[in-house]
Parts: sequence; C-alpha cells; structure tokens
Amino acid sequence: MNGKLVISSSPHVRTIQSVQSIMIDVLIALGPVALVAVLLFGKQALITMAVGMGAAMLTEALWLRRWNIFGDGSAAVTGLLLAMTLPANVPWWIPVIGAAAAIIIGKQLYGGIGQNIFNPALVGRAILVFSWGSRLSGKIWPVPKPFHFFADISAVTTATPLAGEAEAMEVSLSQLLIGNMAGCLGETSAIALIFGAFWLFYKGHIDWRIPGGYLATVWIMGTLLGGGIYINPYMTGLFHLLTGGVLLGALFMATDMVTSPVTPSGKLIFGVGCGLITMLIRLYGAYPEGVTFAILTMNALTPLIDKFTIPRKFGEVKRLVRP
Amino acid sequence: MEKLITILFIYILVDNFVLQRFFGICPFLGVSRKMETAMGMGMAVVFVITISTLVTWLIHYYVLVPLGIEFLQLVTFILVIAGMVQLVETFLRKASPTLYQGLGIYLPLITTNCAVLAVALLAVRQEFTLLESVVFGIAASLGFWMALVIMSGIRERLELSKVPAPLQGTAITLITASILSLAFMGFRGMMTL
Repeated sequence: MNGKLVISSSPHVRTIQSVQSIMIDVLIALGPVALVAVLLFGKQALITMAVGMGAAMLTEALWLRRWNIFGDGSAAVTGLLLAMTLPANVPWWIPVIGAAAAIIIGKQLYGGIGQNIFNPALVGRAILVFSWGSRLSGKIWPVPKPFHFFADISAVTTATPLAGEAEAMEVSLSQLLIGNMAGCLGETSAIALIFGAFWLFYKGHIDWRIPGGYLATVWIMGTLLGGGIYINPYMTGLFHLLTGGVLLGALFMATDMVTSPVTPSGKLIFGVGCGLITMLIRLYGAYPEGVTFAILTMNALTPLIDKFTIPRKFGEVKRLVRP
Repeated sequence: MEKLITILFIYILVDNFVLQRFFGICPFLGVSRKMETAMGMGMAVVFVITISTLVTWLIHYYVLVPLGIEFLQLVTFILVIAGMVQLVETFLRKASPTLYQGLGIYLPLITTNCAVLAVALLAVRQEFTLLESVVFGIAASLGFWMALVIMSGIRERLELSKVPAPLQGTAITLITASILSLAFMGFRGMMTL
C-alpha cells in the first residue's frame, strides 16, 4: 500500500493459495508413499509411477493444446494416484491407458479441473479393473523385495492378505504398518500414508471429517463383523484399516475437494458412506476390495448430500407452515 | 421373509434395473434434468410397476395359464400397463398440474418404459410367488427411482460446469451413467437368489 485509497469490490482478502500450490502440496504429501513404494518394489514401481504421471500430464497438455506440460499440477497428481493403485508388475501400457482415460473421461469431458463429478484417478482405475481385471486385482500379487532396486519382483508372487488365502496368513502387524507385503504400490505402507497425510492436515487442505468418518466406520464394521485373518475382533478391525486401499482412499482420494461435499455434516456423511460401502463389498461382494467403487458411488451422491445438508444460517428458524 | 429382503436388496443395489440391466434408459435421460421432476417420475414409476406387476401376475396365473393362452402374455401385459399409466395420468392431471406439466411427454411414455414390461415378464419367468413379484416390482422401481434421483443431482451440478459443447445434455449424461454403472458393478455377487 502506498497511501492510495484502493476501491474494489469484494473479495477483499485473497489467499495466496493457487491450484498449483495445492497440487504441489499433494505431490509432497505423496512423496513418502512413493519413496516407500520404490524401496519395496524397486525399479518397476518407479517406472509405473513415472509412466502414470507422464501419461496423465501429456494427455492433459495435448487435450488443452498447451506447451506447459506440468500446468496446474492436477494431472500429475491424478497420474501418480492412479499409478499407486496398480500392482508393481503391470505392463507399461496399463498406466498409460488408465491415465489417459482418467484425464479425458474423468475430467476433461466434464469441463476440466474443478468441474468433474467423479475422482479422475478412480475413474481411470475402474475402467482398468473392468478391462484388464486379471492383471490388476487377481489373486496373484508380486511380493516386495525391500532394498533390491533392480530385482525382478514378478518372480515371487502371493495372494494379498485381503483375499484371505492360506498362504497370506502370516502377515504381522509390523508388516501391515511398514508395508512389506503384497499389494498395490501406494497402499501397502500405512506409516508412509499417515505421514504424508499429516502434511495435508497441517496445510489445511483436508478436513478430518471425511477420513475420520471413513476410517471409523471401517474399523467399527471390521470389529463387529469380522472377516480377514485374525481371530481377535480388535485386530480384525485394525486389519481392515491397514490392508488394501482404505488408507490411500480415505486420506488422498475421498478428500478430493472437487468431488466431495462442502458442508461439514455432508463430509461426515460422505466418509461414513464410503466406509459402509467399502466394508459391504469386502465382506459380502465378489471383489476382495471395494474402495474404488465406494468412493465413486459416494462421488455420485455428493450433489445430493450437499443439497440436503446446507447448514442453517445463524438465527434462521424452520419455516413455519403457512395456514 | 429372507427371500423378500434378498429380492429387495438385489434389485435396488446389486442388479439395478437402470445401471446394471440398462432398462428404462429413455425416461432416465429424459426427466433427470431437475430433481423435482425426477422425484415425481420416480413415484409414478413405482406406482405403475408395483400395481401392474400385481395385476399381470394375477392375469397370468388365473386367466392365461388355465385357458392355455400364454402366447397372449405380451399383448395382455402391455394392455394392463397402458391402463395403469392412463390411471396415473388422469390422477396427476387433477392432483398436481405442475408435475404433470414437468413430466410432459414422458408421463404417457411410461407405457413404453421397457422397465415396466421387463419387471412384469421377469416376475413370471423367474416363477416368483405373488408376494415375491410385488416385492420384486417395488425393488426394481425403487432402484429406478434411486438412479433417477442420483442422476438428477449430478445433472443439476453439471448445469454449472463447462462441458464441451458437443457433449452437453444427453451425451454427458450417458457418460456419467456409464461411470455410475462401473461403480455399481462393485456390488456384484453380494447376494444371490
């Protein structure tokens, strides 16, 4: 201010945040997860994630006909999140097709960033699951080889703990926390996911209500209804929290600002709904994992949730019935 | 009782008539633009499907089968459905002229809503009892209603977004419906009859 009287219409206070700064924060938060994935699954993890990000950014740049490949960074986040929901041993063209589908069908057809109805990364994943399902969510998963960067991880395979197969029985709690078990790239390590999410909480990009509602519902339903490999019900609840994509979904995908409700109570309903559908599919459905379907279904319900949970204004009373 | 709950659950969520079996797509596209009309259409379809399933079941087992004229099934069922729709139309024109205006051509078109005929035919083909057929009708139509209301919520939001011009309207609705259908495929195998 140099002493001039500035006359302008509202808004008068502007945030220094931009789409790009938020997306870079998300990329930073995904850093630890990506690092652990590379440590566990070696070069194939690095290739899958790089290809996913690259394909997403390239698709968006081509669609928008712009030279700035990185742009606002949202395509990079979508590509990375999509790659993190894939197993390490997928062929290179799977993340390419998935990322292109995510960007074009999931986002650009709806008018681009901020206007999509469904989470783009999950749209890409759903299309991949139903097109090449046996490569994505079959019973055979590569076993991680920690600290062997050049190892061929597709040599040794096993079932994920969620499939409930006998050979996956000996998964310990520490394995669940660190992530040294079979699974998708970004979803095995609970510690890295929580660590990354703290950055987003600290920056205020995500609200506790969605992950809180989601994780609490999964834990309660897991404890009450069982399933999984442990006999102790409290461990079973924990098992459901730490396996599969629940943490990745609850912390990074369900919290997507565009596709989740904006009202506080709506966020809670959204989280609880995600948890409910996830557990229904896990315990009773044909698929071992339900995070993708749960979040996509709740994305579709988001406009309705928003509509019916508009908070009452201060001092507003319920409208009286007219005589 | 258990079977009734299973039927209810399956045909609302798992085997949704619009999202998994792709019946009744034309009213699904036609009246999902506004939530009010979607609610009204949903209610009308619930009424028509439930009553017509009841009546067609009775006609099939007490008229067609004893007389040995099952080959007239299609014709009689369509006749019953058309009669039901006339009833709803007359009722709505008197009771709620606004809704009648909002539904427009789609109200008489319930007659040609394939979901209605499909429910009546499938109830007979799957050899449901009378009570099961009625629950089947209620479940299928509630599933239709749910899909319609979800889609109307999404479309009200899509009004505000910059969908590319060639895709506006029906095209983006079909794309959205396909993604929704992918999401609902996750419920597969949850319960079987």
